[in-house]
Amino acid sequence: MLTDMSFNLRWFAVWQRNFLVWRKLALPSVLGNLADPMIYLFGLGYGLGGLLPQVGGVSYITFLAAGTVCASTMNAATFESLYSAFSRMQVQKTWDAILNAPVAMADVVIGEWVWAATKATLSGGAILLVISLLGFTRPDLALWALPLVFLIGLSFAALGLIVTALAPSYDFFMYYFTLLVTPMILLSGVFFPLAQLPPAAQLLAQLLPLSHAVALVRPLLLGNPVPDLWLHGGVLASVAAVAIVVAIRLTKRRLLS
Amino acid sequence: MNAPLRVLDLHKSYGGREVVAGISFALNPGECYGLLGPNGAGKTTTLRCCLGLTTPDGGDITLVNEPVPQRAREARMKVGVVPQFDNLDPDFNCAENLLVFGRYFGLGDDTIKARIPDLLEFAGLAGKEKAPLRSLSGGMKRRLTLARALVNDPDLLVLDEPTTGLDPQARHLIWDRLKQLLAAGKTILLTTHFMDEAERLCHRLAIMDNGRIVAEGSPRELIAGEIESSVVEVFGEAAPEWAATHAGRYAKRVETSGETVFCYLDDAAPLLTDLGHRPELRSLHRPANLEDVFLKLTGRELRD
Repeated sequence: MLTDMSFNLRWFAVWQRNFLVWRKLALPSVLGNLADPMIYLFGLGYGLGGLLPQVGGVSYITFLAAGTVCASTMNAATFESLYSAFSRMQVQKTWDAILNAPVAMADVVIGEWVWAATKATLSGGAILLVISLLGFTRPDLALWALPLVFLIGLSFAALGLIVTALAPSYDFFMYYFTLLVTPMILLSGVFFPLAQLPPAAQLLAQLLPLSHAVALVRPLLLGNPVPDLWLHGGVLASVAAVAIVVAIRLTKRRLLS
Repeated sequence: MNAPLRVLDLHKSYGGREVVAGISFALNPGECYGLLGPNGAGKTTTLRCCLGLTTPDGGDITLVNEPVPQRAREARMKVGVVPQFDNLDPDFNCAENLLVFGRYFGLGDDTIKARIPDLLEFAGLAGKEKAPLRSLSGGMKRRLTLARALVNDPDLLVLDEPTTGLDPQARHLIWDRLKQLLAAGKTILLTTHFMDEAERLCHRLAIMDNGRIVAEGSPRELIAGEIESSVVEVFGEAAPEWAATHAGRYAKRVETSGETVFCYLDDAAPLLTDLGHRPELRSLHRPANLEDVFLKLTGRELRD
């Protein structure tokens, strides 16, 4: 007889499924995820950075490196929880198959959530590895950043799963990118310090989860004390917790009515 | 022994339309029970309710001794499902499909891996462990889906239109495997709109229409109880006119569909004699079958 306890870990089988698929294409997947942020980092870091004096007390490319880690973690979590999760839900009907087994809808969503955050961590981790090899941060600091990267992944994966639960088709994701992801990349301190923005925009930036991610990761990678650690971490954790509850509810409404 | 599935007064509405309108039935252990009905009769909704995938508006469901939907997950431990549309994992080969699915039941990798060769053998896919999914034909995919539904060694197997879209060879192979499972003591619940499938496999069946069960019994009982014993089908341009003027004299019921006339009767001799004088009409005399019962109870108009 199986106990209820064994049911509590059933989300892990969903995570394992996605991991097994990823493992088949691991190297191209990591390299593919690495290429885009690296082009930004070196293109802007050296190209634009050459025109700039120091930013925030360091070279521009060093400043940009931390922002790149955050933005690309967000991107990886978002792509996985939108396009990949949507294919499994809507196109391949993988979730329907899983629900015929003794797995609850919440387990499926939680499995996808933790998986997307894991994949985001692999992506963010690869960038951390490269920038510490190139000397833009210290390896020990990069290691400390990993749990934060996972937390960032959890926040954006949960938000992505809400969008997926509401999406009629892939086209719907354009709205999310145009209205949220792109403004967030430009207004969260990834490319320049928030202080450069007019006061109203700075206030607005405080509402964007990516600002809080950057506020945590940049001082850490630069070896500075992290101001308001619990505030920024708390915001990301709250976004993750609230969003995943909403995502589970919306997915239930979509698939189990 | 308790019924593997018992449904009492099940109701389910979508957007004000009652899709399942108070149905009750129970499966005996070891039997194959069929739900037959035209498209939109409520078969798939009934299955979804029984598996706990949607919450009914009313009624009681007991699945392998567990109340559903309250303890649907516990119940699904002992149930295997073959869904209407294949949802095998295209990213995996045959063995991986079974391994990954077994994990959803909390089974250990060693346990599942030990079962995989037997499951593939049973599905006629012996040695195909490493075959990628895209290399499989439609029939092979269906059999792999059946193997996947057996990975937890279920007591009850639920199949939603298991042979839709398959060629005759593939259908016969699936039927043969389902009979083997029945012989091994499994209980089967299946939906279909193939009458030959229901007649071959089902010990008992229920005909559903508009969310209600309109008849229930063994195929033989239904044919004996619901309809005249034989049918004469009459074809030809002149058939509808002949039906309007003559057929009523010999047949208990006459139905016209295009240029074909179906005459339902117990004694065909007088009608066949009449047809003997009309060389312009062709005819076929046959015993009544389940399809005749089905069409009598659910009508001939199209359901889309």
